[in-house]
Amino acid sequence: METTKTLVYDGSFNGFLTAVFIAYEQKLSYADIQRQGQNQGGLFAETEIIFTNVEKAQRVWNGIRKKSNAAIKNIYFTFLSENRNIEALLYHYIRKLMGSKINSATNFSDDCILKINQIAHKVGREKHRMEAFIRFQLTKDGVYFANIEPDFDVLPLISKHFRNRYADQQWIIYDVKRKYGLFYDLKSVEVISLDLTEIHTNSLEKSTAFTDEEYEYQNLWTNYFKSTNIKSRINTKLHTQHVPKRYWKYLSEKKEAV
Amino acid sequence: MDFNRIKEKLNILADAAKYDVSCSSSGSNRTNKNNGLGNTGNGICHSYTEDGRCVSLLKILLTNHCIFDCAYCVTRKSNDIQRAAFKIQEVVDLTINFYRRNYIEGLFLSSGIFKSADHTMERLIAVAKKLREEENFNGYIHLKSIPGASDELMYEAGLYADRLSVNIEIPTISGLKLLAPDKNHADFIKPMLKVKNEIIRYKEEKKIIKHTAKYAPAGQSTQMIVGATGESDKDIMYSATHFYKNYNMKRVYYSGYVPISMDSRLPSLGTEVPMLRENRLYQTDWLLRFYGFSVNEILDADNPNLDMDIDPKLMWALRNLNFFPVDINKADKHMLARIPGVGMGSVNKILNGRKFRKLDWDHLKKMGVALNRAKFFIICNSTDWERRDLDAARIRSMILQNSKSKFKNQYTNQLSLFN
Ligand code: SF4
Repeated sequence: METTKTLVYDGSFNGFLTAVFIAYEQKLSYADIQRQGQNQGGLFAETEIIFTNVEKAQRVWNGIRKKSNAAIKNIYFTFLSENRNIEALLYHYIRKLMGSKINSATNFSDDCILKINQIAHKVGREKHRMEAFIRFQLTKDGVYFANIEPDFDVLPLISKHFRNRYADQQWIIYDVKRKYGLFYDLKSVEVISLDLTEIHTNSLEKSTAFTDEEYEYQNLWTNYFKSTNIKSRINTKLHTQHVPKRYWKYLSEKKEAV
Repeated sequence: MDFNRIKEKLNILADAAKYDVSCSSSGSNRTNKNNGLGNTGNGICHSYTEDGRCVSLLKILLTNHCIFDCAYCVTRKSNDIQRAAFKIQEVVDLTINFYRRNYIEGLFLSSGIFKSADHTMERLIAVAKKLREEENFNGYIHLKSIPGASDELMYEAGLYADRLSVNIEIPTISGLKLLAPDKNHADFIKPMLKVKNEIIRYKEEKKIIKHTAKYAPAGQSTQMIVGATGESDKDIMYSATHFYKNYNMKRVYYSGYVPISMDSRLPSLGTEVPMLRENRLYQTDWLLRFYGFSVNEILDADNPNLDMDIDPKLMWALRNLNFFPVDINKADKHMLARIPGVGMGSVNKILNGRKFRKLDWDHLKKMGVALNRAKFFIICNSTDWERRDLDAARIRSMILQNSKSKFKNQYTNQLSLFN
C-alpha cells in the first residue's frame, strides 16, 4: 500500500506549485495537499510542511505551459476557487496532463478534465461579474473606492482590467471577505490591507467618507436605471438570473430594493 | 451643475430612448491612449433592466423634440408629452461621471430630429468629438445616423464613434409608407451606404499604411420593429439578410412592438408585446450568422412564419428528416451544428472529446447537449438509440410533451393575435 502523505503549504499559488513539485519528486500518485490552517490530517497520516520555492514553482508552471496554455489558465482559475480539497483534484489533473503524450486538456470525455474546466469556467464568470458589478464611490480624498465580496478570490484576475481602463484615476477595490485589496495610485497597482471601520455597501444613508456629488451621481444613475425598464416586458426571473440577489447590496441602482 | 434639472431631463430623455433595443458595446478594440480614460473590449453588461435586458451604455436622446410624426414612435410630433433637450456639456459630464464609477461601457446617443437632419447630426457629432478630444475618453460611443444626414457628416461621425446605426424600424417599404408617410426610404439607405463605403475604404487603407485612424471600428447596426404592421417572419428575415449582405451590418436587432398609441394603423394599446416571436427571430438570426444556415432553408413561400412552439433549428430538422440520424462520432462540424439541441459550445466539445474515445449518451449529457431534443436525431457509441421510424409530427409532439416552454402563458395569448 502506498502511504498517503499530507503536504501543507502556505495558501499561495506558488506554494501550491511547490507542493506539486515535491509530490512529483516523491512520485506520489495521489497527493493530499492542504492549505495551512485548513489541514486536518488523519491521526496516522504523515505531514510535511512545504516551504514556498519560487524556482520550483516556476518549473512546474513552465512544464505545464509547454503542454497547454489553456491548461495553465484552468489550473490558476480553479486554484482561486478555494474549493475544499481542490488541490488534490488539481494534482490529479496535472498528472493526467503530463502523463499523456498528446494535449489532453481538451479531452472533455474525461471526468476530471471536464470538472476542472467547469470550475475554471465558474471562476471566470465571477471575474466577469466583478468587472461588471463593481461600483466605485468617490471619496473626499479623490479616490474611487469599491468594496466587494466575490464568491471566489478573483482580485488577482481583475487587476489588469481596471488598471487598463481607469488609468487616470486613483482607485481601491477591497475584498471584505478576504480582507485585502488593490490600490492603484496612477502608476502601479499594489496589494493593500486596510482597517475598515465601515463596509461601504449601497446604503441609503450617506457616509462622510464620500463627496456630496457622489450621492448626486448615484441618484442620477438609479433614476436612469428605473427609466430603462419597459413595464409591459417585465421579467423578474430573468432579471435575478442575470443579477443574483447576493450582489445587490453593492449595486447603487439597487439601493431601494435591498 | 443643477442636479435636479439634469435629473428631470434624464428621466424624459432616457425614457424616450429605451425602445431602441440595441445596447451592444462589443466589437470595438479601442485601447486606452496616453493614460487617459477607458477602453473598449468584449462589452460588459453592468446591470440588467427588470425585464432582463443588458444595460451597458448610457442610452439617451439628445432631445425629444422632433419635426416628424412617425406613428410607431413616442417622440412623434403629435404626441402630447413633455419635451426636453440636453446641452452638449451635460451629456459629456454624465457620460464621464457614470463611466468613472464603472456603471457603463460608454454612450449611446440618439435624437429626435429638430430643424433638419444635418443640424441634428452635427450636434451628435459635437458630443462625441468633445468626449474624445477634450476628455481623452476611449470608451464606447454609439451614435445614431440621422436619416438624410449628409455624407460629409457621416464621414465625420465615424471618426469619433465606435458604432453607427440607422433604424429601419419597418421591415417593408409599404409599411413605412403607411406609418411614416413623410419619411423617405432612400433617406435611411443613404447614410448606411456612406458608412459602409467608408468602413471598406479604411480597411483597404489599413493594409497599405500602418497607422490609419479608426473609422467606426464596431461597424453599423440596425433595428426592426416586429409586429407593428402585419409583416411575416419571412419579410423580416429576408430584409435582415439583405442588410447583412449589402450593408455589412454587424447586427440586426428585432424589437417586439410595444403599443404606445391609439392609432388605427397599429395594434391597440394593451396588446401583448410579441416577446416569444422576437426570441424566435433572434434564434433564426443566430442560425444564419453562426450555424451555417441560409435564410431560405428556414423560411420560404410555403413556410412564411416561424413555429412558435419549437425553435427554428428543430423546425428545420423536422422538415428534413432525411439528413438524420447523424453519427456523433463521425459527422463533420457543419452537420453537428445542425442537430437540434446541440449548441456551438457542445459542437466544439464533441469534436475535441471524440479524438480520445467514442462518445456515448453520458458524455453528451455532461457536455451540455439537450438530449430531450437531440436524442431523436443522433446515434452515438451505444446500442441504445431511437430505432422507431417516427414521423415529424410524432417527434414534435413527443418533444413538446417533455418540455415546458418558459413562454407558455404568453404563448396562448399570442396565438390569437397572429391568427
Ligand atoms: S423621426 Fe425618429 S424621433 Fe422623430 S418621430 Fe420619427 S422615429 Fe421618432
